[in-house]
Parts: sequence; structure tokens; C-alpha cells
Amino acid sequence: MSFTPGVHTLPDLPYPYDALEPYISRQIMELHHKKHHQTYVNALNSAEQAYAKALTPKERIALQAALKFNGGGHINHSLFWKNLAPSASVQKGNGGALKDGPLKQAIEQNFGSLENLIQQFNATTAGIQGSGWGWLGVNPTTKRLEITTTANQDPLLTHFPIIGVDIWEHAFYLQYLNVKVDYLKAIWSVINFEEAEARFVEATK
Amino acid sequence: MLSIARSALRPSIAAAARRFVVPASSLHTLPELPYAYNALEPHISGQIMELHHTKHHQTYVNGLNAAEESYAKALSPKEQIKLQSALKFNGGGHINHSLFWRNLAPTSSGGGHLPPNSSLAKAIQEDFGGLDALKKKMNATTAAIQGSGWGWLGYNSDTKKLEIVTTANQDPLLTHTPIIGIDIWEHAFYLQYKNVKVDYLNEIWSVINFEEANARYEEAIKA
Repeated sequence: MSFTPGVHTLPDLPYPYDALEPYISRQIMELHHKKHHQTYVNALNSAEQAYAKALTPKERIALQAALKFNGGGHINHSLFWKNLAPSASVQKGNGGALKDGPLKQAIEQNFGSLENLIQQFNATTAGIQGSGWGWLGVNPTTKRLEITTTANQDPLLTHFPIIGVDIWEHAFYLQYLNVKVDYLKAIWSVINFEEAEARFVEATK
Repeated sequence: MLSIARSALRPSIAAAARRFVVPASSLHTLPELPYAYNALEPHISGQIMELHHTKHHQTYVNGLNAAEESYAKALSPKEQIKLQSALKFNGGGHINHSLFWRNLAPTSSGGGHLPPNSSLAKAIQEDFGGLDALKKKMNATTAAIQGSGWGWLGYNSDTKKLEIVTTANQDPLLTHTPIIGIDIWEHAFYLQYKNVKVDYLNEIWSVINFEEANARYEEAIKA
């Protein structure tokens, strides 16, 4: 079995474009998925194909930035769509609802409460100086939940990703303009805690 | 007698100590735009200009003032070092945007027009083969920034040439003298151009203030 370069595809969203309203607008979801994520997929495929043809270490190294940026963009957005879900607060799904279970327990153990987690997570994510992602992740050594960030489209490598939040301006600007704190408050109503818990259980096996 | 001497000393020690206190830096303020918010239309919308100026740039000014105030009170290298990223991010944001507003101009006041006999025009011809070639290269380089940042036409005082460089996030341009800066953070174009940043990069050249750019260039080559 070997790696076939350049065959990545845009994953379908698990819900319609307007499903996360009123928290994330249909317009944003559509552009974000069909334009931004698609562009990462296309460019990742090109970069992989170029890499497969590269004849020297120098050529391969020259392609590393494109692989990281577009590969990271594809990984991050694929995780993102799945850790969002239509909101329970508008009776559309289970988004935003954290049920009793190992994830809730770990959140309470590591942060005191979901409210505390949200406050810390949002402050950290809003503090990113540029484009990037806020993450709730499991530290592979301590197995504890921790908040961390990645710059630009760097994938999360130091922790097992549980919840990712895109803080690139394209993720919120059309709806929230410069007021990213409002986006960060709103997004918790559409966080897919069921998916997050499945990731947590996998990470802490 | 010693106690009299001691109490006589105390006020002058206090006075000396006050002389070593770093005075509060003069507060930075948001510079006014040299034109109305809608003056760069249709190339850059009034909505973007207003948000960009009154919200984004203002936030950098406020953040810079707060960071400088904290820095003045910092009592150790460790505390000072902790404040470095806030100073760089907000200071850079203030510097970059202040340069940006001035290197834009309405087309009615010369925006987009490179005076053909200017020193800048001659340098662009020499170093790039002409304005179209410069635009193409600068747009490609700026569009390729992986994240937020700025595209710059800068003067390299070592090579004595105009060069295209980029800075990440709000890092100020330090390696070259800034001649023209283009903001490629998504807030600079998204409301109007959405994901199609190449369209923004094509359009912005119609409102580049080449007179200001030429003035910066002439200043740079003198130094």
C-alpha cells in the first residue's frame, strides 16, 4: 500500500449551508466550504503531484511550505465542519449541547466548568496576532485537556484535536465584521460536542 | 545629627528617583484619513474604509498605548520581554496602517497615476521593466502570503534597488524603506471582494498614491 499523491477531495458538509444559522450565516458557510476549503484541496493536490516529481532534496524542501499550508488548510477545515452542528437552542440539532459523559467530566476537571473553558478558549483565540485556529486538545503525555493555538493553517501536532475554531477573518467577517468576540461567543451554540466526545474517547483510550 | 542629615537626604533621593521614572510616552492617536471614506470607490468601498480606519486601526492605536503604558511600568527584563509581542503587533499595526492611508489616493487626486518623469517611474522601469511588470509581480507575491500580512514595494539601500518584499501579520517593514504598502489581511477586502483577493489586488492600483510613493522614494535615495 502506498501513498497516492494529489487525490484529495472536498468533503461534503454534514448539514446544509444554512443549518448553523443564526450563529454562522449561510453565506459564510457556502464561501468557506466551496471557495476557501476547495482552494486548499486543489492546491494540496498540485503540491503533492509536484512533490512526487521532485528529483532532489532542494526541490522537495521548496515545496514544503505549499504542502504545509494547503495540507494544513485541508486537515483543519475537514475537522472544523465535523465539530460544528446545527444548534439545539433553535431546535435544529444537538449543536451546543454538552451531555453528561467523559468529555463533560474532563472539562469540569480541567477547567471547572464549560463556561470557564469557553471564557479561556475565547480569550486565547481572540489573542492570536494574525490568522490561525484556537484548539481544545488532549495533551498526549498528560492526557489532560488543554487550550492551544496554531498560526495560519498549521495543523495541530502537539495535541490530539478535540474542538477547533477558525479565527481567520473569512470565517466570520461577513456576519460579525471586526467584532470577533461576538463570533467566538456565538460559535459555542453550534459546537458539536458529540463529535468532540468521540475524539476525546479515541484520544484517551 | 545623623537623623537630620538622613531626613535632608530623603527629599533629594526621592527627587532623583523621580528623574529615573520613564515618563509616560505621548499617546498615539489615530491619524485622519486624507480623504473621505467613500473617496476610493469603486476600488475600495466606503464600508471597508470606515471599518478599517475607525475599528481596526483604532484598535491597534489603543493596544499600542496600553502596551507602552505597561512597558513604562515594567520592573524587570522578563516583564519587558513579555510585552514585546504586544508592542510589535500593535506598533506594527499602527505604523503599517498609517503608511497605508497615505499611499492611497482618490483617482480624482492622482490615485493610480504614476508621473512619467518622476524618479520613481524611472526606477520602476529600471528595476522591473515598467509599471505593469511591477504590478504583476507584486500582486503575485502578495497573493501568495500564507496567512495575514502586507505586500511592500521597498527600497533596498544596500543594492540601491526597488524590491518587492512581504511582512507577516503586523510586522513592520524593517529591511527596506517602505515605498508602497498593500494590506492583504482579509479585513482589507473581504466585504467587497470576498475570497477573490486577486480582484482586490488588481483594483487597488487605481488608487495607489504614486506622488506619495515618489516622495518616499526620493527621501530614501538621499539617505
